Amino acid sequence: MSNGEPAIRARGLTKRFGTLTAVDGLDLDVPRALVYGFLGPNGSGKTTAIRMLCGLLTPSSGSALVLGHEVPGDADALKPRIGYMTQKFSLYGDLTAQENLEFIADIYAYPRSDRDARIETLIERYDLGAQRRQFAGTMSGGQKQRLALACAVLNKPELLLLDEPTSAVDPKSRRDFWEKLFALANDGTTILVSTHYMDEAERCHRLAILDRGRKVADGAPAELQRSTGMAVVEVRTSDTQAAQRVLKSRTEVRSVTQLGVRLRVLIPERIADPAELVRSTLANSRVEAAIEIVEPSLEDVFVAVTDRETGIEEAA
Amino acid sequence: MSGTRLVAVMKKELRQLRRDRLTFAMIVGIPVMQMLLFGFAINTDVRNLGAAVANQAGSHLSRQFVTDLEQTQVLDIRYRVDSAAALENLLREGRISVGIFIPPDFDRRVIDRSRPAAQLLVDGVDPTILGVANQLRTIPLAFDSGRRAENSAQVLEVRPYYNPERRSAMFVIPGLIGIILTLTMMLFTAVSLVRETEHGNLELLINTPVSTTQLMVGKVVPYILIGLLQLALIMAVGYWLFGVPVRGSVLELYLAASVFIAANLALGLFVSTVAKTQFQAIQMTIFFLLPSILLSGFVFPFDGMPKVIQYIGEVLPNTHFIRLTRGIMLRDAPLADMQQELVVLVVFTLLAMTAAILRFSRRLD
Repeated sequence: MSNGEPAIRARGLTKRFGTLTAVDGLDLDVPRALVYGFLGPNGSGKTTAIRMLCGLLTPSSGSALVLGHEVPGDADALKPRIGYMTQKFSLYGDLTAQENLEFIADIYAYPRSDRDARIETLIERYDLGAQRRQFAGTMSGGQKQRLALACAVLNKPELLLLDEPTSAVDPKSRRDFWEKLFALANDGTTILVSTHYMDEAERCHRLAILDRGRKVADGAPAELQRSTGMAVVEVRTSDTQAAQRVLKSRTEVRSVTQLGVRLRVLIPERIADPAELVRSTLANSRVEAAIEIVEPSLEDVFVAVTDRETGIEEAA
Repeated sequence: MSGTRLVAVMKKELRQLRRDRLTFAMIVGIPVMQMLLFGFAINTDVRNLGAAVANQAGSHLSRQFVTDLEQTQVLDIRYRVDSAAALENLLREGRISVGIFIPPDFDRRVIDRSRPAAQLLVDGVDPTILGVANQLRTIPLAFDSGRRAENSAQVLEVRPYYNPERRSAMFVIPGLIGIILTLTMMLFTAVSLVRETEHGNLELLINTPVSTTQLMVGKVVPYILIGLLQLALIMAVGYWLFGVPVRGSVLELYLAASVFIAANLALGLFVSTVAKTQFQAIQMTIFFLLPSILLSGFVFPFDGMPKVIQYIGEVLPNTHFIRLTRGIMLRDAPLADMQQELVVLVVFTLLAMTAAILRFSRRLD
């Protein structure tokens, strides 16, 4: 393994379907052995980008070097070295967990002598012992996801591409799943994972935020939170409707997002006293409210960089 | 009952139908194409049956007689040989349906009238052909130019070969093997890739190092074995229930069937690379199955169909397989004598397989 170069390096990667530009000029540098997140709402181009990086889709323009292989041209040489988990469960529902693992092992021509031992290791590591003889089609969302991950890592890939792996599982399974991902990253596997969950995005070592096919920000989550260029004012009020209305009428206010009885108000840092701006605005309209400056969250980052309300879900 | 809801369902059905282009094409294509094909093919007024003549008399009268037979246009004389044995060989090899044997004493027999003057050696497997041959018995025979003898009934004797008891099972069962195998084998592979696409399996598969050829061949080979099991079952039922024998080599029958099964599986695989849904794959299989039943010589004598239809028939694997099964099972014909049929099946298999592999994309766009 040549550790000097990044696992993925993309320049101007673009995919158009007819008039729709699904991915638009994506530049990407994913260093090795860490968890790199793609954060974005549905339709932001996450799946299309991942498929191009696997060599499943031909880019309309731009180029990508994955583990040193040009894709899609050199995809055949790349395939034994990567693992891919599709968004939709794509193993065989009418085969048992064990049979699926055996099939994948043989498709990758995993050495026959170590095959059964490898499968045993995976069944134990991903807690599939009870499902060994169960048809994959009848397993729960969490079990399917663990089986899919076991199959994706079976051939010990250097790079794992996971497309919204946790979209069909409960919160407990999601947390367990992320533990497994960090274990893999610690062992040297590079992981590119797409998600639309904020809490998952926050756990990534690095992150790219995608919006309508474009990368609008990237960096470590904390770094992104620090460098929004926005002050976040949290407003607690019983009359959120009125508060939103008057705040949105101010040109200095970038956005107002409601979270239950709270409003998060984004105001550019060039405004001298954002808290005072909010307080006086609300007082002038006789809206009772408690006001507090808070740290920007990843969702605030998203709002700041995309300039619009998100389809992104709150942490479950 | 709500009219609005009913209309809503009907409108939705029509909308979906309009967007399923292949189904839409089938609505037009199945009736029009198949009617045209079968309208021309369905022709019980059989003409141009492959024939050979062995004229040992060589007299003016015998030559005149052969010319008269030719002019009925029922027979198309393709070979001239010199013995009854040679005629029998041509029959066994399936090159002709009717052999005309004219003995050296033909002229004397015509005058004598006590015995038939000539023989028609007929492949009696196909009842239509046998019926036509029987009609030829009444052909008038001109002894001298201008004067016609009225002794036609005695001139020709029809000798049906291979199915003297005229049992229809002998005609139907060997042909049916091809029909059954076409349907079951094509369906197996026609839906296979489409099913994997529908279930999402394919996206995972094409991202593994498995090659297209490995995937395609791997999808065909297991079903060849299943097809051969099916063949054994059909032959057992044919033998025990309908008394249809295998007069030739069982091994050769299996060899021919293996190639035929592979041809249908490969074609099914090609269908699978074209169809978008399992429903479309089944439609396309049926679209192919109908001519395999009607234009392959299973129902109508192949020689009796118009030339254009025969060319279409020659493209169908079942046409060649029916010739092989009838030859091996009923006429004890050695495969070596019918190797051109086998060659066609091999070529068909390779072409269909190559087309499937070339059409299959390991990318999603």
